[in-house]
Amino acid sequence: MSYLLVVGVTIAIYAVLTVALNMVVGYVGQPNLAQSAFLGLGAYFAAVLSTRYHLGFWWTIPVAFGVAGIAGFALGAISLRLREDFLAITTIGLNFVMVAVFQYLPFFGGAVGIYSIPVPSIGEHHFGNLDYLILAAAMLALVVGVSKYLERSWLGASLFAIRDDESAAASVGIPVASYKVVAFTLSAAFAGMVGSLYAPFLSAVTPTSFGFTESVVILSMLIFGGLGTVRGALLGALVLGALPEAFRFISNFRLLTYGVILLLMLRFQPQGLAGEASAVSRLVGRLASPLRKSRDHGPA
Amino acid sequence: MFLSSLIDGIATGSLYALIALGPSLIYGLLRVLDIANAAGLTLGAYVGLKVWRATGSLALGIVAGIAASAVFGLGLQRLLYRPILNRGPLIPLIASIGTFIAMEEAFRLVFGPYPFAFPAKLGLPTLRFGHTVITGVHLVILIVGLLVLGLTWFALRRTRLGLYWRATSQDMATAEAMGINTRGVVAAIFVIGYALAAVSGILLGINYNTVYPTMGDIPAYKMLAIIVLGGLGNPLGTIAAAMLIGLVETFVVMYAGYVLPRDAIAFIVLIVILLARPQGLLGRSRKAA
Repeated sequence: MSYLLVVGVTIAIYAVLTVALNMVVGYVGQPNLAQSAFLGLGAYFAAVLSTRYHLGFWWTIPVAFGVAGIAGFALGAISLRLREDFLAITTIGLNFVMVAVFQYLPFFGGAVGIYSIPVPSIGEHHFGNLDYLILAAAMLALVVGVSKYLERSWLGASLFAIRDDESAAASVGIPVASYKVVAFTLSAAFAGMVGSLYAPFLSAVTPTSFGFTESVVILSMLIFGGLGTVRGALLGALVLGALPEAFRFISNFRLLTYGVILLLMLRFQPQGLAGEASAVSRLVGRLASPLRKSRDHGPA
Repeated sequence: MFLSSLIDGIATGSLYALIALGPSLIYGLLRVLDIANAAGLTLGAYVGLKVWRATGSLALGIVAGIAASAVFGLGLQRLLYRPILNRGPLIPLIASIGTFIAMEEAFRLVFGPYPFAFPAKLGLPTLRFGHTVITGVHLVILIVGLLVLGLTWFALRRTRLGLYWRATSQDMATAEAMGINTRGVVAAIFVIGYALAAVSGILLGINYNTVYPTMGDIPAYKMLAIIVLGGLGNPLGTIAAAMLIGLVETFVVMYAGYVLPRDAIAFIVLIVILLARPQGLLGRSRKAA
């Protein structure tokens, strides 16, 4: 039971990261291969503040959200100067720079990382795995809610327009630059926020756990599930997050499995499992269309 | 001391140039950032090592390594890149990263996680001029590096393949309309690019006397920094950027010590330069993207 809870928390954390990443990669179509750097930033600030400065757990959440948000704002500003490939590489580089910063700045505890991060508590009650799961689910609900709100809002429509044709979007008066920065900031802030939970959940943070490979894993989940939709991001995190747990023998081949699944997906089904215009969503659409028709043309 | 570092830096730079040249040529043709090229590097090193161990001939090992890597590259281009090229730049890039990660895992499973030694003798002595020392391996890297770089410059500027490469990289459809076999050009460039990767892998293995599954990691991301810095798809810019990174790394480590890990320096240089010149160090500015 406890083991299942741990798996659940892990998947929920991945889901938050994937849904947040979707805001930049899915909605605005900007490459971002640095999501784990923002997770790491949030986790490290939470860890340092709670161990060294004895800041309460609940205060580390907004701090992690803010710090990662500021970093995301900076990346967003940088993204304005760089196109596609250049931006992709810059975000790849960001992973290595962040890992180096965690390793070399004494503030972040050096190469060994930070250990014995205090367990969060409410009053006298100390957090168990169930509490972590509830909090992770709450964070997931928040990021899904914001995503859904974005999708229906004027801002979201503008983001989609920027993705589809940037110059056309600019020509109808969409402030391309500031909206891109908003998407980067939000995405990074949510990744940082879940980092504040990640740190006490693992009770330790080490520099290498926030490297490039982890960013690729998060992006793989998004692409596997389908770019541009919340359901795709959730499905990707759920399936790829549960896969190594469901099949223990895979765990030794975790990255190989991810890599091969990713390649097959990109080669044969680049829309992902449940993205826009993917096989599954077309199928669901076809199955649902008679229902919709009968509703539309039903007796008035 | 200064001269030693200078030569050390140039040797490092030549090695980086060898590593980055293939992906740079490939990027010029297909606009794909070929990170999987670093898997060709590791594959070349493993095959080279195994054949050298089995036969005792380093030349045979190098040929086998080059062949294995070239076949891998050609297969990758046919089976993976060609079908997904029209899906925008992000999809091939991620496919390439996926290939690279899957290949690294495959190396670990096939050859085991432990590093192998690669104590091949290259047959060149260590040179000493007063305090300046050039090891035999560095000498080979310098000779091979400068030879390959010179050949590349000659091939691009003076030969038919070079002309075809330039035409195809400027506009593939027009090149095709002019009767250039662009598929053949792409295939040839992949063979060359992966052959270079295999050679650099074997040189790396001998230089550090070790071959291991993740030896492609550092070359993979350093080559990215280098080809961006050189202006994407500009081979001569790539060579200049490789030399620059090799020298900067060597001198920063020498004068400033390990304030930062050597491997983060490349990306910090990259980010700073990109912010000043978003089109790369020697890239032409393209107004209409």
